[in-house]
Amino acid sequence: MGDRGMVIVGAGEAGVRAAFALRERGYQGTVTLIGDEPHLPYERPPLSKAGEEAETVRAIVANERFAEAGITFLRGQRAISLDPARHALLLEAGETLSYERLLLATGAAPRQFPGIATSDRIHVLRTVEDASAIRRQMREDGRLAILGGGFIGLELAAMGRKLGTAITLFEAQPRVLMRGVPEKLALALQARHVAEGVELLCGVGIETIADGESGVAIGFADGRQIKADALVVGIGAEPNTRLAAEAGLAIDNGIAVDRHLATSDPHIFAAGDCCSFPVAAYGGRRVRLESWRNAQEQGSVAAANMLGEAAPFDAVPWFWSDQYDLTLQVAGLSDGATSTVGRTLSPEAEILFHLDADGRLLAASGLGRGGAVARDIRLAEMLIARGTCPDRAALADPSVKLKSLL
Amino acid sequence: MSIWIDVCDKDEIDEEDVIRFDHDGKSYAVYRSPEDSFHATDGHCTHENVHLADGLVMDDIIECPKHNGRFNYKTGQAKGAPVCVNLKTYAVKVDGGRVFIQVG
Repeated sequence: MGDRGMVIVGAGEAGVRAAFALRERGYQGTVTLIGDEPHLPYERPPLSKAGEEAETVRAIVANERFAEAGITFLRGQRAISLDPARHALLLEAGETLSYERLLLATGAAPRQFPGIATSDRIHVLRTVEDASAIRRQMREDGRLAILGGGFIGLELAAMGRKLGTAITLFEAQPRVLMRGVPEKLALALQARHVAEGVELLCGVGIETIADGESGVAIGFADGRQIKADALVVGIGAEPNTRLAAEAGLAIDNGIAVDRHLATSDPHIFAAGDCCSFPVAAYGGRRVRLESWRNAQEQGSVAAANMLGEAAPFDAVPWFWSDQYDLTLQVAGLSDGATSTVGRTLSPEAEILFHLDADGRLLAASGLGRGGAVARDIRLAEMLIARGTCPDRAALADPSVKLKSLL
Repeated sequence: MSIWIDVCDKDEIDEEDVIRFDHDGKSYAVYRSPEDSFHATDGHCTHENVHLADGLVMDDIIECPKHNGRFNYKTGQAKGAPVCVNLKTYAVKVDGGRVFIQVG
């Protein structure tokens, strides 16, 4: 390959993993990693979970590893335009980088509530600065409102309660985690939040949000009003596609990539939260995932394909959430499931298997304390990847090792 | 001085599986390989404070239950992202049907 080098836009999990994977695969040319934050690359999952340790930012890799691996890390720099015909990327500082292959790992940006700007009292969560600002609102005598019963909202609610903050969480849908988590487990999580003292309002529509010096007032469609010191908006994220879209790359709920993570330009790849991709295990259905493991695995596969391999990305979607001492793990996509089989590991740990009409395992969701459900979810992931139709009685019986069904 | 600590009966660990063992304020993971050999490592993953006994053993590999970091439990070697720090391993012997690990 002869050779203008490899350029990676975005220094989150996907971008960093790709940079190191290029070296692990023996690539000798230049590797440039561009991150628009002023920090070393850091892990985002702890930002909504860490509790007392939130001040400690966990780096993805130690600083010296960039020099050791010969990776040029451009920190606090933004790529502003891309010219695919010239293989050129323009940085905000004025520099133009040329590339042999380019990886877009630009991530996603939190969705804002329409018409409401962030302020000292209205927050979203993506960066370490966002996390610090939210944490400052988690005082023992404080009251924090959280809009959105997704993972970010629920994890922050758990963190707030741990720090003694009064929490009101509202969700427009009839229950939390409507997307991707079965009702039974979502309701179990809801019950735990209520038991921990969270004021939980589901199925409520917001009419007004008023941001003033003395706090935030949220008015609901039914006339109720809630006042809080601050509000966190946790209503999802939008993929960062501007650079790709302006360069004419195909966009479809994110930067559209094929099963090798190549965009509509064969010299440009995309990985992580910013891209949508076909999932082999589900008939090539196109999805976009915002998950830590997906970002890592796609970064790794993208690096291989930037070097000319034709490695398909065929991982089964997997994600987790920590709330209080509970961990939720989900493997697979349950859309299309026609039946569910439950497996009770203990009074506090349960797994639900989702099967289609042919008995094929599509997804498994588990909730339990600590690592209680992890092993079975991991094995379920393997069963899903292999397209198996496991015996329902065996799935339901906790004394049958799932490993024996592989 | 190294001492041998009695962990359990060998049949308390299934083949290709792992159990947690706590002793003197420390926690260990004790493994039985598919070839019926026994091994021991520190109990917690080097990436985050998660116990490996909840993880999955496949051949020589223990996979962390949290983030799927992989280690060779026989050597302690970290097998790549997200784990980069090796696990400490401990000598194990089986005597009279009991499993012992050497600590200290």
